[in-house]
Amino acid sequence: MESLGSIIAYFIIAIAIIVFSVLAVTSGKILRAATYLLFVLFATAGIYFQIGYEFLGAVQIAVYAGGIMVLFVFSILLTHKPGANAPRLANHKRWLGLSAALLGAGVCLYSLLSYGSFMMQKMPDNFSIDIHSIGQALLSTDKFGYLLPFEAISILLLACIIGGVVIARKR
Amino acid sequence: MELTMMMYIIPAMIMFGCGVYGFITRRNMIAILISLELMLNAVDINFAVFNRFLFPGQMEGMFFSLFAIGLAAAETALAIAIVINVYRAVRNVDIRQLTKMKF
Repeated sequence: MESLGSIIAYFIIAIAIIVFSVLAVTSGKILRAATYLLFVLFATAGIYFQIGYEFLGAVQIAVYAGGIMVLFVFSILLTHKPGANAPRLANHKRWLGLSAALLGAGVCLYSLLSYGSFMMQKMPDNFSIDIHSIGQALLSTDKFGYLLPFEAISILLLACIIGGVVIARKR
Repeated sequence: MELTMMMYIIPAMIMFGCGVYGFITRRNMIAILISLELMLNAVDINFAVFNRFLFPGQMEGMFFSLFAIGLAAAETALAIAIVINVYRAVRNVDIRQLTKMKF
């Protein structure tokens, strides 16, 4: 049985996720949409903190809310005229998008509900994940080690840096 | 009242649905990218939640989320470089104006 505080925190996070993700795709102003996306990312970090993944929540805040949002805001301000008379974002093919989203969500909900009480299990207790074991797993070559994806993603990031410079340079 | 696995999956599902809706209906390239981030984020929540509820002794889902966050950062940086390059070429980021790239 969870404490009342964590249940209240859960409902705040869930309502924030639902409301701000709807606003992020329906808002008429691009900078507001980016701000609502920032709130969604913070609420996601809240979920990670609540289920006990503190390192994942910290990475979420540092990379998503810190890095990616700065990129978004910079690119919005570079490519749009700010101010009150900025052109509004128009949504087209609303019915196609709405039917695709509702159909996908319906299929997901049906398959989730078909598992019945399996999906209704509660969080296992006696859970602790320390930063030492994360570091060991990230750099080990054993069965549950992640050295190869770690190195692969570092090469990918290097390729991304070079690709970004090559694409965005002035000719 | 207990916090069950379903209660963490449902907001992620709604977030993914919003991402799909925005990805289809938006016309601005950066707004499409924002919808893409919503979808990626919803999937990350699913990885972490399934890991925590079903296999609490292991860390596979958490590492999947970790690497997905890194991939999302790399993908966003490249996509924004492309958007800025397109803006420099046609002075617009509206996908209706981007017919030059079709062949």
